[in-house]
Order: sequence, then structure tokens, then C-alpha cells
Amino acid sequence: MPPSSNTGFEPPRTRNRLAGSFVRYSRIYVALWKNSIIREMGFKTNFVLWILVEMIWFALQLGFIHVLYMQTDHIGSWSKWEVVLLMGVSHFIQQLFTAFFLNNCTQISEHVRTGRLDFILLLPASTRFLLSLRQVDLGGFVNAASALLVMAYAGQHLQLHPTLAQTVTFLLLCAVGVMIHYSLMFMMASISFWTVRAQGVIWGYYNLFNIARLPDEVFHGAYRAVFTFVLPMLLVSNVPARVVANKMATPGAVLLLVFMCAACFCISQFVWRLSLRRYTSASS
Amino acid sequence: MMKYWNVLSIGIQNTLVYRVNFLVRACFGLIPLSATLFLWDTIYSAKEPGGNVAGYLLSQMVSYYLIVTIVDSLTAVTEDDWQIAADIKDGNISQFLIKPIDYMSYRLSLFFSGRLVYTIAALAPIMLFIYLNRAHFVLPPDLFTWALFLLSTLMAGLLQFFISYTMALLAFWVTEVSTFIFILFAFEHIAGGHLFPLDILPEPVVVALKFSPFPYELFFPVSIYLGRATGAELVLGFAMQAAWVGISYLLARLVWRRGIMRYTASGG
Repeated sequence: MPPSSNTGFEPPRTRNRLAGSFVRYSRIYVALWKNSIIREMGFKTNFVLWILVEMIWFALQLGFIHVLYMQTDHIGSWSKWEVVLLMGVSHFIQQLFTAFFLNNCTQISEHVRTGRLDFILLLPASTRFLLSLRQVDLGGFVNAASALLVMAYAGQHLQLHPTLAQTVTFLLLCAVGVMIHYSLMFMMASISFWTVRAQGVIWGYYNLFNIARLPDEVFHGAYRAVFTFVLPMLLVSNVPARVVANKMATPGAVLLLVFMCAACFCISQFVWRLSLRRYTSASS
Repeated sequence: MMKYWNVLSIGIQNTLVYRVNFLVRACFGLIPLSATLFLWDTIYSAKEPGGNVAGYLLSQMVSYYLIVTIVDSLTAVTEDDWQIAADIKDGNISQFLIKPIDYMSYRLSLFFSGRLVYTIAALAPIMLFIYLNRAHFVLPPDLFTWALFLLSTLMAGLLQFFISYTMALLAFWVTEVSTFIFILFAFEHIAGGHLFPLDILPEPVVVALKFSPFPYELFFPVSIYLGRATGAELVLGFAMQAAWVGISYLLARLVWRRGIMRYTASGG
């Protein structure tokens, strides 16, 4: 590690500075992880119970699909196990999002309301970084693993043997999906700078998760357009699922998903900057 | 009795603050609802015209979900259980113990006021949505069915309230009740008929479910509306619903009496 990254006295070359700040932020993140683990281990029963809650809800969604397929063989071109695979992918992405970002995003309105944001603004690191990654929800990783098991099981029924390229693309697209959920949620949480009661908006985002796990072919018209090109819920899990299930006709959807991710992130950064200007500390 | 009317009116004034929140909530709720309708539409379109799923024509299936939305906005317990648990945890119920007021009746009045305001706030988006789906919307066959539907909906609301109330009282014993509330909610969600009409399930499962309280929290009033519960089934259904309302009421009273003995008024 170059010493300049710590002292910052000598003007380093840009490349060094980038590397330096990467190291610095990695260290901060490691410290945040440690804190989160310590905190979670303080409430062990609760930790296990929350995992149980998530598993029950996941099982319930799979039960719904099972009931639907008692009435039909195909929904659009999707067979039963393909939809189970899709549900697994959706749950996987959603749980990783939960693990890294969800709690942090929901707490933003609380920081604004109580004025605690003052302290975070004063810290010598990117405020967005600290707000977004303060806590890690370890239960999310356990649930993501259960989603992987469901995917593997469905893959076996479909006799899928994904190639290395498919697997790598799939994992990258899952990361893209997590970033989309994060950008949209962060943007919605920024609304709390305007109206303090932003909880309803955040709750509303849960309804969007519900669409992400359904086959895209089901939807038509304006609904499909909105949830593809504005809030890309119909791309987030459908595209990676199609990649592993060999249901991808053209690579266009992959490009669209990546483009939407970049767009969502940029817009969320813009909204965040705009919102921050409205911050007038509470209390004090 | 007068004092609970006052609680009701204060409750209405307090929840009116949340009217925009309720409106937003109702609008967001229409997103997954439309998704479910799209899903069923796709399933029906693969069948021959006039085809049915377990005796449901497409219009009946669509109506099922629309009526579920209405009954749900009239009867769902949303904030009440969290507030009750918080009251116990923060020691706020102390003041009710020394006042000549019954906590359960007090909460029930607040529950009614909350549902009333929510339903009014949600009325516009839900009506607009029904209007957009009017081609598939069916009405009950006669006035008598309407009356039975409303009676059953009222009882469904009471049942939901008593069950959630009892669940929230667990806060006397454990500090964190939210996981228990979510687990119960999951069962209510699937076994109450939120996700799909229960009678598309295999016969033995339906029969078993009818002994549980869950169908009477939602599915039963909706099936009365659709004219699917008639004759002996209707009478039996009402008997079961009334029995569950009674049992859950007694259970709520019993758990309260037990809990209050353990109550330490922390922070109060």
C-alpha cells in the first residue's frame, strides 16, 4: 500500500489516489462488517426467527406456483420448473439486496427525521457510501443460499447444464439486478428529505418485488412497458433466469438490463444530490 | 358505551392524518393485484373459450380478486398489532389499567376507525380499477346475498382483530413479537385465500382448511358474494365463522388476563 494513501501530504498520481481510496473504503467496509456481525450475534434467537420468516414466505410463493400449475401446463412458454427457477433467481437477488442494502435504505428517513444525519455528514467519507452500507444483514446470505438450492433443484428437473460462460454471465446479471433494486430503493428513500413520512413509499417497493418473480410474457401493454423501461422489474430476474434456462432468444435484453442499471444508478445519484440540498437538520 | 364512540371519533381524526399514506398504499397495492390478474388471464387464454378453472370462469376469477381487495381493505389488521405490542413494551398500557376503560374495546374502536378511514381513502383507486376491469366484474345475485356478504365481512373483521390482538399480547412474554406476527400473516395470506381461491385446491385440503379459522378471515365472505356458498354450506360456514369469532374472543380475554399478571410496566 502506498504511504500517500494514509497521509495525503504529497500529491499522488490519480491512479495511486484511486487505489488508495479503494483500500481506505475497503477497510471501512471491513469494520462495518465486524460491527454488523457483533450486533447480530447479540440477538441470536431473533436472527434465526427472521430466517424462518423469510423461508416460510418463500415456501408460500412456491406453493402458489404449485397450485397454479395444477390448473395448467404452461404459462406463456414457461413450464412449471422454469417458473420455479425464476422464483429462485428472484429470491436470490432480493435476498442479496436485503443483505447489503435494505435495512440501510429504510433507515435513511429515520436519520433525516431525527437529525442524526448530521453526524454521518460530518464523517470523513462519502455520505452515500456510509448510508448505503452501514449494516450487513447476515440472514440475507442464508436466505440467498436457500434460493440457490431451489434453483439447483429446478435446474435438475429441467436438465440444465450451464456452461462456465452462462454461469459467469448469470452471476454478473444478478449483481446488476441487486444494483437496480438498490438504486431505486435509495432514490425512493431520498424522498424522505421532502416528506418525512416516506415509510409508505418504502413499503410500496415490496409490491414491486412481487412482480419481479413472475414470467415477463404474462404482461402486456403499458404495464409491461412501465415495468421494463421505467422500473425494470420485469428484467431484473427474468433476464438472468432466461440466460441459465437457455430461453434467451437475443442478447438485446441483457444489454437493456445493463443499460437500465447504469441509468437507474445515475438518476439515483442525481436525486440524492438534489435531496441533500433540502436537508435542514432536525433537533439541535 | 359512549366513551368508545368518543374513542372511535378521536381515532378517525387521528388516522385522517395518514390519508395520503393510505391512498399511496392502496395505489401500490394495485400493482401486484394487476400482476395476478395478468397471470390468470394468460392461464385462461391457453384454454378453450369459456373454459374454467375448478368451476371458476375468467370473470369469476377476476371478480374473486377484486372482492378480496375490497374485503381486505375493510377488515385487514395493519398497524394495530404493532401498536398494541409497542404499548405493552413501552409500558403505555399502565394508564388503561387505572382508567375505567377496557383496553380491548378501546383497541377495537381504533381498529374500526382505522378501517373506515382506510376504506374511504382507498375507495377512489379501487373503484377506478374495478371500472377498468368492468367487463369481468360480477355482482351478487340478490339483495339477500349482499346482506349476508356484509354480515360475514363484519365477522371476518372481528375474527382478524381478535387473532391479531391475541398475537400482539405475546409482547407480555417476549420482547420481539414481529417475527411471530409475520409468521401468522404468512398463514393468513395463503390459507385465508389472498393468493388464490381456496376451492381450487384438492378436495381433502379444502375440507381440512374449513376447520381452521383462516378461510373465515377472507375467503368465506368472498365466496358468499360470488354465490359459491349456498344452502347447507352457507349455514355451516356461518356457524363455523361465529364459532371462531367466539373462540378467538375468549382466547384474547384469557391471554390478556394471563399477560397482565406478568406485566411489569417497564418504562411506564
